[in-house]
Amino acid sequence: MLLAKIVGTVVATRKDPRLVSSKLLIARSVDPRGKPEGNYLVAVDTVDAGVGETVLIVSGSSARMAVGLKDCPVDAAVVGIVDEVEMNE
Amino acid sequence: MQLARVIGDIVVTRKDESLVGIKLLIVQPLTPAREAAGRPLIAADAVGAGVGEEVFFVRGKEASFPFYPSQPPVDAGIVGIVDHWTLK
Repeated sequence: MLLAKIVGTVVATRKDPRLVSSKLLIARSVDPRGKPEGNYLVAVDTVDAGVGETVLIVSGSSARMAVGLKDCPVDAAVVGIVDEVEMNE
Repeated sequence: MQLARVIGDIVVTRKDESLVGIKLLIVQPLTPAREAAGRPLIAADAVGAGVGEEVFFVRGKEASFPFYPSQPPVDAGIVGIVDHWTLK
């Protein structure tokens, strides 16, 4: 899974029927210290996350195991809102 | 599977209900020479690993198999704690 910060939302009227009523968010991956790195991605929200929050994103076929996404055409899902990151290197 | 070192953990209160009770750790993939290999990522712990330990983890849907019959949405999972390794 990766840590990411929600930076926006996506509105899409014409889409796969199995995506109707899914909330789509734009997220940017961050390192464990919160520094943005790498790509932006579009992820389906399953935990009522909002812009500015740090979240846990699951990608690949595992994203379909998130609640309500069975058989949906998705490859990234927000499955948790991160409260705290503890690093010990 | 890949070698990694556990470098931290995350606290997530609001989450998918099938993630409840699963420990989420930050792992840094390693080369066999113990150098960092790529970015750190979050992995579900299936073996009771802790910060500082060297482990190996699996990527993809297989990461959820240790939790069967539950199918938590995880794409990386620690499946072993490494005692030592040797390179020839």
